[in-house]
This record gives sequence, C-alpha cells and structure tokens, in this order.
Amino acid sequence: MIQVQNLTKRYGNLVAIDNVSFRVGQGEILGFLGPNGAGKTTTMRIISGYMPPTDGTVRVGDFDVLEDPIKAKRQIGYLPENPPLYNDMTVQGYLDFVADIKNVSGKNKKAKIDLAMERCGITDVRKRLIGNLSKGYRQRVGIAQAIVHDPAVLVLDEPTIGLDPKQIIEIRYLIKSLAGDRTVILSTHLLPEVTMTCTRVVIINEGKIVLEESLETLSQRVNGAQMLFLKLNYNDKSNDVNEKILSLPTVSEVKESAYGEFIIQTKGGADIREELVKMVVKNGWGLLELRPLTHALEEVFLRVISTEGE
Amino acid sequence: MKPVFTIIRREFKSYFASPIAYIVLVVFLILSGIFFFLYLQSFVESQFDPRFEFLRERLNLNDFVIRPYFGTVSIILLLMIPLITMRLIAEERKNFTAELLFTSPLRIIHIVLGKFLASLSFFGVMLILSAIYVVVLEAYGNPDSGPVLTGYLGLFLLGGCFIAVGLFASSLTENQIISAVISFGILLIFWIIGASSGDEGSILGYISIINHLDNFTKGVIELKDVVYYLSLIFFGLLLTHVTLESERWR
Repeated sequence: MIQVQNLTKRYGNLVAIDNVSFRVGQGEILGFLGPNGAGKTTTMRIISGYMPPTDGTVRVGDFDVLEDPIKAKRQIGYLPENPPLYNDMTVQGYLDFVADIKNVSGKNKKAKIDLAMERCGITDVRKRLIGNLSKGYRQRVGIAQAIVHDPAVLVLDEPTIGLDPKQIIEIRYLIKSLAGDRTVILSTHLLPEVTMTCTRVVIINEGKIVLEESLETLSQRVNGAQMLFLKLNYNDKSNDVNEKILSLPTVSEVKESAYGEFIIQTKGGADIREELVKMVVKNGWGLLELRPLTHALEEVFLRVISTEGE
Repeated sequence: MKPVFTIIRREFKSYFASPIAYIVLVVFLILSGIFFFLYLQSFVESQFDPRFEFLRERLNLNDFVIRPYFGTVSIILLLMIPLITMRLIAEERKNFTAELLFTSPLRIIHIVLGKFLASLSFFGVMLILSAIYVVVLEAYGNPDSGPVLTGYLGLFLLGGCFIAVGLFASSLTENQIISAVISFGILLIFWIIGASSGDEGSILGYISIINHLDNFTKGVIELKDVVYYLSLIFFGLLLTHVTLESERWR
C-alpha cells in the first residue's frame, strides 16, 4: 500500500533521512520507532506530501506522492505531531471544513463526520470551541480530522505525545480499532506503543533504518532466550541458590542482581516456571515474586540504536 | 472552484469569530466618520465665507467633500489593511494548520485565492458600511453620484492591492507582527515612490500606488489605472504562490 524508496532529505548540510526504504502492506500497522531527532517527522511529512524529498520516491496506493499529489493525498489521513486545529472553530464546524477540503461529497458528509466523531469519542463536545478543549480531546479531534474522509492510509505522527497515561491507553485502543483494513503508519519514540499496537516495526536512527521486522518474528527472536525475574526472601546464608537453579537442565545463566533478586535466562524459550517454583518451595526460600521479563524488546531497541550511534 | 469557496467561508467566518473584525470595523467607521464630518463642516463654512465668494460657482460636494474623503480613507486603509492581512498565512503556520492545508487535496492556487478573496470580502463589508455617510449626503445634498461610484471602485481596487501585498508579506513568515511591518513597508514605499519625481507621467509616478486613485475620484475610469491595480494584485498573488510553493522545497 505504501512504498518508500531510497528516500533522502537534506536540510542544507544536515541529512535528516538517508536512503530510507520500506513497504507497508494493506491492513498493516507499522510502528516507526526511533529516538527524538531520528528523522521520523521528516519521513511522515514526506509521505503525507507536506514536503518533497531531496531524493527518492513515495507511492501511496497507485499514486506517486510527488507526481500525482492530489490523488495521493486524497487517500491519506495525516495527523501531524501538533494537531492542526483552528482554535476559533467548534469541533463540528472544524470537521465540516476538513471534510470539504478533503472532497467529501455533500450526501455522505454529515454521516462521515458523525462517524468520525463517534469513533474518536468527541460527539459530546461537538459544539464546543476547539480552543477550550483539553489536550486529550484536542488529540482526538486531530485523529477525527485524519479519518473523516475515510482514507485508505493513516499517517500518525506521535499520536500519544503529551497525553496522560489513561489517555494514552485510550488513544492506542482507538488506533487499533481504526486499523481494520486501513494501512496505518505510526511514529513514536516509545517502545510499548509499538508492542501494543503494531504488527510490524521499523527502527530508525540518525536518518537510517537499522531494523525492519514483523513484531511476531521479533518477539520470537527475543523469546528465544526467555528471561525470568525471581525474588526470594530466603535466610539461607550458604548462598548455593545460584548453583541449585543452574542445575536445572534448561537454565543457561543466573545473575543475582540485588540481594535475593535473580535474573534467570533459559535456553530455547523453555518454560521452567513450574520446576522453579517447586524447587523454591522445597528449599523453603520464601517466594516473593516470579515473573517473565518483557523488557527484552526494549533491549533490542537500545542495542540497535546504541551500536549504530558508535 | 469549490475548494476556494470552502477556504473563503472559513476565513471570513474566522474574522468574525474573534474580536478582530468588530474592532477593525468600529475603528474604521469612527475614523472615516470623523474625517467625513470635518470635510463636510469646512465645506458648509466655506459656503458662507466671503473669502470664497469668487469660488462659489465651483464649490460642490464632490470636489470639496467626497474627493478629500476618499483620499483620507485610502490613508486609513494603508494603516489598517496590513492588520487585516497579517494573520492570513502566518497564523496557519503558527497553529500548524498549514500542515493540514498542504496535505489536503488542494492546490496552492486554491489557498491563495481563497485567502485573498476572503480578505477582499471583509474589506468589501468595511467599504459598504462606510458608504452610509455618502448615502446620507445623497439624501440631503446633491452630489454627482457618478464620481462617487467610480471612487468606490477605485478604493476597492486599491484595497485589493493592499490585500495582495499583505497576503504576500504574510506568506513570508510565521510572525504576524513581522508580516504587518513588511506589508506596511512595501505599501508605503509604493505610496511615496511617486513623490521622488514630481511628474505624474514619469515611470516612478506611474508605479506610485496612490496616483491612480485620483482619476477614479474624479469620475474617470482610465484603462491604465485599472490595469495598474489589477496587475499589482496579480503580482502579489503570484509572489505569494511562488513563496508557498518554494518554501516546501527548501
């Protein structure tokens, strides 16, 4: 649905993105992940047709964004980093204006506006001035603006930035519900956002793509070496806990991170929780906590970014 | 053309959604009203002044009230129109709504024309409301209405030029103050450039924006004046278009 090829953007001498290529298939939710200043917003702006690249092409659907901007733009709903809102308009008046400039025809217009408002949960503020809305509502109006013409492609630039945790979760659910057969590109610098909403991830750093993978294979790779966190309240000073756990057949490594806290790595993703608990109980170590460590993807993210930075 | 109307509608409404429109209208009407009253008063006084005895034949409302009134209004417009146009594009940038406009299936020409025509309509409202003084004059006096109408046409074209220049200034920046200062500067240069050469027929005299209003207030519509104003408007819009187009390539 979206094909980005050899995209390069220079601002004077500064290279914002350097030879970036990726594809997004129909119905996928692509997470565009990277630290601040990696070139995410630049890429989003180029895809949405806000500015042209120095080099390279972007195709959305059947149209080239540069050569056929009007037709390409018609299929895109774009939420910039700062929602583009007119503070002196009401929510409904604003969406009506957006529907007009996005060529939504007269007959369906009202129904589409109502649907967009309903999906984004802003029906009850539709008569209010946008300038008086809270940040969370403004963000929702921004998303409603992006979906009002029912585009095949949604480009969302940091949709959850500046929201409180509850709003973040709501917006993530909203994005997931919007996906359906739409194609979504979502940029973020937050890893959990990608793990929770996306089907595929592209990690970008300093303008270059450092990793592109589906979330499934990525998490499989990560799960290949599953890690467990174990916290004990034991009085056994003989300190042979390490060795005893290591004696379990599939354990490859045990680290004592703090007093009574262990990080256990297993081979081949084997689940040793049951055996581990039995062992703990048998030895009377006093189990306080046992949980799988899901930070593994974060580790991949950090590793990928920091090695690239060196 | 439909997208142009959409832009015009939003822009025109937004003038009235904030106090801007009302303040501009009130101040404009008060100022022009005061000047109208002063010209009328001095006209009435001169009617009974023995020193104007020999001029009495030539004393008429058109030359002594309406023409100076149009001249004064053009100065008030020079001061006020940059304040009407300064927000047109600068504010879109500041509010990030420029990103919405430029990622919508619109052509830049739609945006430029929409903005221009919206301001022009607002300016039309200003002119129509200020015409109330002239209507009163028509009711109680006997001015020649031909020059009044052509004078208004002249003012409308002059205001159109001011708006086109203001729109261009607004496209250069995201700061409204800078935009107003630039457009005021450009307009003032166009205004006084004729003064540097005494001859109205010289090139500088032709470039001067104010020399062209005079014929209109006399009741004469000359092709060269109309062409001058229309080409200045066209040039302003063209420059705006070029600025908006090129900025995204930088």
